[in-house]
Formats: sequence, structure tokens, C-alpha cells
Amino acid sequence: MKFGVIIFPGSNCDHDTHNVVAEIAHQPVTYLWHDSDDLKGVDAVLVPGGFAYGDYLRTGAIARFSPVMQSVKKFADGGGLVLGICNGFQILTEAGLLPGALMRNAGLKYICKQVHLRVETTETAFTNTLKKGEVLKIPIGHAEGNYYCTTEELKRLEAEGRIAFRYSTPSGEITAEANPNGSLANIAGVLNEKKNVLGMMPHPDRSSEPLLGSADGWRIFESMIAALATK
Amino acid sequence: MRAHDHPANNDKIGHEKMNMRRRLTRSEDHPMQTSTPEPVSITAELLAQHSVTPEEYERILAALGRTPSLTELGIYSVMWSEHCSYKSSRVHLKRLPTRSERVVQGPGENAGIIDVGDGWACAFKIESHNHPSYIEPHQGAATGVGGILRDIFTMGARPLAVMDSLRFGPIDPGSELAKSDPATLAHNHRIVEGVVDGIASYGNCFGVPNLGGETKFESCYSGNPLVNAFALGLVKKDEIFYAKAAGVGNPVIYVGAKTGRDGIHGATMASEEFKEGSEQKRPNVQVGDPFMEKLLLEACLEAMKTGAIVGIQDMGAAGLTCSTCEMGARGCVGLDVELDNVPQRETGMSAYEIMLSESQERMLLVAEKGREGEVLGVFAKWGLDAVIVGTVCPEPRLRIRHHGVLVADIPNTSLTDDAPLYRRPVGTWKAPVPPEPPADVLAELDRPRDYTADLKKLLASSNICSKRWVHEQYDSMVQTNTVQGPGGEAGVMRIKGSGAPGHERGLVMALDGNSRWAYLDPKLGAMHAVAEAARKVACTGATPVAATNCLNFGNPEKPEIMAQLSAAIDGISEACTALGTPITGGNVSLYNETKGEGIYPTPVLGIVGIIDDVTKAVPAGFQREGEAILLFYLPESGDDTRSFGSSEYAKTLLGRLWGKPPQLNLSEESNLHRALAAVIDKGLITSACDISDGGVAVSAAEATFSHGIGGRLALQSQESTATGALLVLFGEEASQVIVTCKVENVFAVIDLAETFGNVCVAEIGRTGGDRLEITLNGNPVIDATINELTKPWAASLSAALHDEVPA
Repeated sequence: MKFGVIIFPGSNCDHDTHNVVAEIAHQPVTYLWHDSDDLKGVDAVLVPGGFAYGDYLRTGAIARFSPVMQSVKKFADGGGLVLGICNGFQILTEAGLLPGALMRNAGLKYICKQVHLRVETTETAFTNTLKKGEVLKIPIGHAEGNYYCTTEELKRLEAEGRIAFRYSTPSGEITAEANPNGSLANIAGVLNEKKNVLGMMPHPDRSSEPLLGSADGWRIFESMIAALATK
Repeated sequence: MRAHDHPANNDKIGHEKMNMRRRLTRSEDHPMQTSTPEPVSITAELLAQHSVTPEEYERILAALGRTPSLTELGIYSVMWSEHCSYKSSRVHLKRLPTRSERVVQGPGENAGIIDVGDGWACAFKIESHNHPSYIEPHQGAATGVGGILRDIFTMGARPLAVMDSLRFGPIDPGSELAKSDPATLAHNHRIVEGVVDGIASYGNCFGVPNLGGETKFESCYSGNPLVNAFALGLVKKDEIFYAKAAGVGNPVIYVGAKTGRDGIHGATMASEEFKEGSEQKRPNVQVGDPFMEKLLLEACLEAMKTGAIVGIQDMGAAGLTCSTCEMGARGCVGLDVELDNVPQRETGMSAYEIMLSESQERMLLVAEKGREGEVLGVFAKWGLDAVIVGTVCPEPRLRIRHHGVLVADIPNTSLTDDAPLYRRPVGTWKAPVPPEPPADVLAELDRPRDYTADLKKLLASSNICSKRWVHEQYDSMVQTNTVQGPGGEAGVMRIKGSGAPGHERGLVMALDGNSRWAYLDPKLGAMHAVAEAARKVACTGATPVAATNCLNFGNPEKPEIMAQLSAAIDGISEACTALGTPITGGNVSLYNETKGEGIYPTPVLGIVGIIDDVTKAVPAGFQREGEAILLFYLPESGDDTRSFGSSEYAKTLLGRLWGKPPQLNLSEESNLHRALAAVIDKGLITSACDISDGGVAVSAAEATFSHGIGGRLALQSQESTATGALLVLFGEEASQVIVTCKVENVFAVIDLAETFGNVCVAEIGRTGGDRLEITLNGNPVIDATINELTKPWAASLSAALHDEVPA
């Protein structure tokens, strides 16, 4: 199975994400350049964090028009696995691959710290090795992670099991204090209808080795590898 | 910037003259005619506008053998500014130790470089951006980060981490200033918010982790905040690039952002005191674009891989002027540049403006003739301007043409090595405060008091309280190398691809300065800055190996300021020699005065250390319940009432200042560092925390915070007086570290550590519970729950800035 990591001008977690796949998962991985629509035959696309196109205009607003994203849309429509992390999540919502939008943090400031996430569904290619209700420690680093969608959309997301993670306390309670950025219903990650596209603000790429303070993020990559292996 | 916002106030007349001259040259319409640049009519006023003294002007005449053109006068004025030439400090800086087996590149390049082993080298440097950060806090601080990052990647190194040393005026609503001058307090708030936001926005977007540093508050920084940025990068030892032009006929290539009218005379501004109305110098402050810098980083590193780049330098202070003459001077060649080819953001820019612009995110490089296409191709891929603007010529001169007309023709070295060098009068340093505590203070010290209440007040004070409000705005984790981030003793990063897999080598960095101590004794204070920064590095288990310094002082034309500077350099020299940390570069920022009021002398030291196996690095706080708490100390130390006058306690709780900083024994300090490295390498200890501001009580309290694990400490004092208790609990004696280890390892730790010189180890307590309890000679003196202590410490800064931080 082959992974592809997109590089937009301004991506700054491209190397980090590549490193997890190459050095920890020991899987084949290649970079995908924003200006090319060639996905090089990859089995999963990783849209990394950073500030694509400087986040000018609005986060992800310019990146959605890049040639590579046109191919990613087709890839996702065909059932291909797409994981967007942080800026990658923002880009996926702008591109219409995921519902909702990411607004400025409620505190209006960039926040970088470890947070806790409660796993809300395990029936996806990204969470199949996790347990429902399990709590993961994964850091965030963003200024625009305040998830929003309409009430109808939220109902659908909940009904269809498309909320992947919610911000929680270390023991798994969903409280206002545990919500770092004001996200609606503490949403930290959502899935598309077919559940082959996941966007999440926290960084599994920054929490895949115990040396860095947590290896919980690795479990998401592990799930993807397991899903691809049975495909 | 809008065109009508310009020009920088201090050269309005110059611009008018220049515009007239340009019209004349155009109407003459024969481009290559002049053999020498057209002279400008020199007036005392014009020289004063350029901060060029009559004596310096004589030197310009001698160097050129003729009257300079206006562009040439501008070039001399920036290159000979204090900021670029170090004319007041150079004679003293020569005393700093700069060599060791590890030093690959000492002072004189964009950054210093040390060998870290396994074929890797580390480029690092500290830079100040004080003046711009006062005038426009957000952009001033942001471009400070941008500038130091370019210094690192110019050497071929990918920036791995940054740290900042920040100093501001008081922000505490309970402070004296809040009552006497609320407007200044409010201004200080805006500066703090702007500086932190500026650093965050630039570094976060660029993608370099910020590992913290220090944030301090003193009244003297109200009109003159200090923003010192320390950056560190990694490069393969055989892939280092230098800022040296070579190869006659090679093309000179300009890359990056277009040149605009921003930052003109920034270097000159940074070389003056602030007066009333200095805020109007805002147009002198550059505007940063971190996205552009990120592209520039990736493109430069990729272009370097082609092997077609001969030399490269960033355009920082004094922009195109500095990069062209310095690259030529280092290579003993000249650069011949046509300004028409320089990408410009605005129309109608004069040669003077293009040469002096400090627009950000620009680089100048020399490529191999015939291979320029490879270099230009890489920049095109990243969507950046890259244009051939000139060629390398054999004569060691800087030749600048505009519209084909020669506008500057200057011998390179007259701008660099032969710039003025001043042996400014060095006054005799006099202690600013009485050495002994006044009688009323002595009486106050001997009054029994509630030590727990005092501890809470200290924990809430702006210098000691948690700086989480600052650090959480910085991305401290990008690049996935951060093993220890902000809030601990030092920043610890692993070097991917070094050492054994899973046991990579680590780089450790720390920043420290104590300006109140430097004010009380510039030499001893500077020595403490080196020792404490190195101690912080040593507390993680790393060996401190090199240093960079940022010397922030007042007006060097005052003999008493030169006395401070000279003494501080002596102190740094002595300490860096003793601790084995040569200075590989740094920065001097003078004229830090507002309305004649100088800052405290503020030497800030950045220390880099190496740990062979990063998994062995220990953190600062208590890690597990039921462990032994040990104190590493030196026998002859022992605080007295004299040095207590320099403590945070004296400042915060008594509002007084007297005496001197604590004594420091450098050779024993070095033994302490070696002892720490040894016990950590053997895996004998679980945490180490330096005792500094607020003494052992504050350090012990902070050690309980990281995991909420309490501790019981039994301390001893020879004097059973109230004064004696204060000195033990809150005195800031040097060379002391609180260490924890498993109970069964206590003897092994003591046995090993005490083999290093006179280092002593005492067992002083046990970790565990949810309280901090300290007894002195058996009597309880401090007793509080961790919760009670955390609250004032954690909330104080955001509360002072009226900003609620969600949990």
C-alpha cells in the first residue's frame, strides 16, 4: 500500500506526516505536488497541516482550487482514503469533501497544547483499531479550529455516526472546559458520508512516538494500514 | 505600505535632492557616461540626517578620494551605523573566546556553527529586534524572527527551533505604575500582546517550533522593550554554505520578495536613542510575510542541492547594501549590480531607496556561471522572483548602477573591515545602590512572617508566574522533534537520523539573562547569565558546548554605559572560558534609551548543548511519588543579606534593591554540570530543576506543578532567625539544583556526583501527596496544597492582561 502526502506552498507538516509513514509505519510514501493532478497511484492521500498558500483570504480557500485537489476529489468519490490533518481538514471542508467550516478559535488566539479526544465511532478505516469511548491524547496547534455546521447537518452527522472524535476530559467527559476552541458539540474530527474521508484538527502526526509525549496518534495510522490491508 | 506614508522622516530633504537628480540624469539620456557617481552637495544638516559625524565624513572622503553621491552617503550611513558596524563594541568583543574543537564557524558569518557529531552541524545565533518592536510591536517582533531564521538557512541549515528572550515594562494592575501612569501600563500591555502575536504569527506559519525562552518585566523596559530571538538549525557538515562571493564573471542573483520602500534606514534608527515622537518612525519598521519566507527556505535549500550556488547571504539590516558589500569583501572580489533588474514593489524608487530598503524575505546569491538556469528553475518552481542583477568582478569594489548610470563605486572593505572603530571612553563603574541593606530593611527582614503567603505572592509575580499564556500561542511541536518544549529548564530536540535508531542524539538550548543582577554588578551579572543558561542545559543531561550572546545596553557615548558593556563582556569571556562554551556569534544592541533613560544592562546568553542519547534527557518537575529529593550544591556557597537584595523576594515583596548578586565559582559550576551529565547518563535521576528566581521554595513549588505530585522537604539553616529563614527559603544562591531519584539510587547518585570537584549532595525530602510541605530546622514553614499554589501561578499573567485562558 502506498501513501501520498500533498505539498502545497506553505505546508509545514508535510515532512512530519511523511516521516510517520516512512519511519514508523515503514510503508511506501511519496510526495504529491500541488501543481500536478497526478496522484501517482497512491492508495491513501494525506493532506498535511501548515499554512497552504499562506492561508491568505481564508484557511484552505485557495488550496481547494489547486490541480492536486481536483484529483483528490475524484479519488475520494471513488472511495479512496483521504485524511486531512489541521490545515488539511480546513482544506477538505473548503473543497466540499467534508461538511461544515472551521472558524477562528473562540479565544481568538493560536493554541498549541496536548488535548484529549474521545473516540466516537470505530466503524471507519481511520478508527478500526480503536475502542468506542476510548480517550486519546493528541496535540492541537491552530488558530482556526472552531468547527461549525448547521443544526440539520449536526443532526445528520450524529445520526450517521460521522463524528469521529470529540474534545473531552482525560476521563472521557464532553465538557465545555475540555473544548479548546469553541467547536460545536466539541467536534474535533468529522467524516464524509461514505466515511472514507476524515478531517481532524488534532495532529496524529505529532503523537506517533512516545518520545514526543504521546503515541496515541499512531493508532489512526495503524487503523488506515489495517483497512488498506483488507481492501 | 502606501507610497504617501513614506518617506522616512529623517531623510526627506535627501529624497527631494535625489528626485531632482534623477530627473536630470534621465534628461541627459546617455546612460554610461559617468566615470564617477555624481557628488551630492554636502551640508551639516544632510550629514546629521544620516547620523554621520563630521569625522566620519572625513573618512568617507579619504576612502573614496572624492565627494560621495547621495546613494553612497546613504550606503556609508547604514554600514557605519552602530547596528551594522559594531563600531563601539568591536574592540571589546575581541576579548570573547571563540574557539573550541567543536567550533566550525565562529563570529563573522550569518551564524555560528558547531560540530554535533554523526556528520551533523548546528548553526545558531541570537538577534535583537528591540527598537522596531517598540515602534510597531507586531511587525517588529515578527521580522525579528524572520531575520534570525534567514541567518540560519542562509548557511544551508534547516531551522530546527527558536526561543525568545522578552523584556517588557510592568503590566501588573497592582503595580506602582498602574497608579502613577496608567497610560504607560496600557501601552506595555499592547506591546506584550503585539510582540507575542508577532512572534507567533511568523514562527507558526514558517513552521519552526518555539521552545519558549524567558519573559521578564522591569520598569526600565517601559519605553524600551527587548525582543531577542535565538534560532538554531541543522545542516550536514559537508553541506554548509557561506556568504562569500567568488568567481569573476559569476552571476549575482536576487531572490525572494520584491523591494519596497519599507524599512529604509532601519539600521540607523536602531542606532539612536528614542525621543519624543519616535513612534512616527513606524515607516522605518519592516513588514514581514512568513509565507514568503517559508517558500524562500524551501527554495533556497533545494537550490543549494543543485551544487550551482557559490555563496549566499540574506538581506537583513541595510538590505541590498549590506549583502553586496559583505559578500564581495569576504571573497576579496567586487559585485557590479544594475538596480533596474531588482524586482520592485513600487514604481519610481530611487537608487538610494533600493539600496537602503529593508524589505524582508530577500536573498542575494552568487551562482556558477553557466549553471544559473538550474538555480532559477528551482525558484520558479516555488513561484519566487529570481533575477540576475549583476556579476562578480575582479576589483574589490561595490559598483551600483541605476538606469545604466554609475551611482555608487565604493571599496568594499571601507564599508566592512575598515569601518570606524571607536575606543569610546570607558568610565569607572560605580555600584548604583548601597551594598548593605538599610536599617529599616534589616528590621523588616527579621520580622516573623507567613512564608506560605509570601510564596503565593512570589508565584503570582510577573517574573515568576507561568508563561503559558505566551507559550501556548506558539507552535512548539511542528517538525516532530520536540522532546521538551516550553516551560521546563531548556528546550530539548532530537536530531532525526543521528545516533542509534530510537536513541537519537539530542540538541538542547536555553536562554537566560538577569538584568537586575547585571545592573547591580555588570561583570558578575553577565557571568551569572552564562552560568544559569548553561546550568539549565546541564539539568536536562546535556553537555553545554557553545554560546551566543545578545548584549542590550544604553547609549555607548556615555562612559558609564561603556563601563557596563566592557565589564559584562569581561564577565562573559571569563564564564564562557571556564564553562567550555565559546561564543560563535551574536548581536549587540546599543542606544536602548528612551528620553535619556537607559535600560538595565541586559546581557542575554543562549547556550547550546548536546546529549548523545535524547531518550536519557530528564525533565524539570517531580515525576513519580515516593522518590527521594536531593539538593546539589557547592559547599562554600551560602546566601547572605547582601545578595538577598538582588532577589525576586526583595524586589517583589519588599520593593527594595540593595547589595550584589550572589557569588559564583565558575570552576565548581563546571563541575556541577559534569556531575549532572554523569548521573543522568547513568540513568540515576528522574528530574533536575535549577534553583533561580524565588529560591528553593519557588523551585520546589514549580517542580510539583507538572504532574501534580507534591513533596516534603526538610531544610536546615545555621541561623534560627527570621532573616535566616528568608535566606534559606527565598535566597537565590547560584549553582544549586533540586534533583529527584528512586530511593534505592540515593547513595549511587551521591557517590557519583561527589566525585566532581567540591559538588555536594544532600538528601532533603520525598516526593508524594498533593501538598508542598517545607520544614526548616524541623519547624514547619511552608504548607499548602498544590492546587492553592498553582492557582496564583497559572492565572496571574492572563489575568494581568485581562484575557481568560480556557483550561
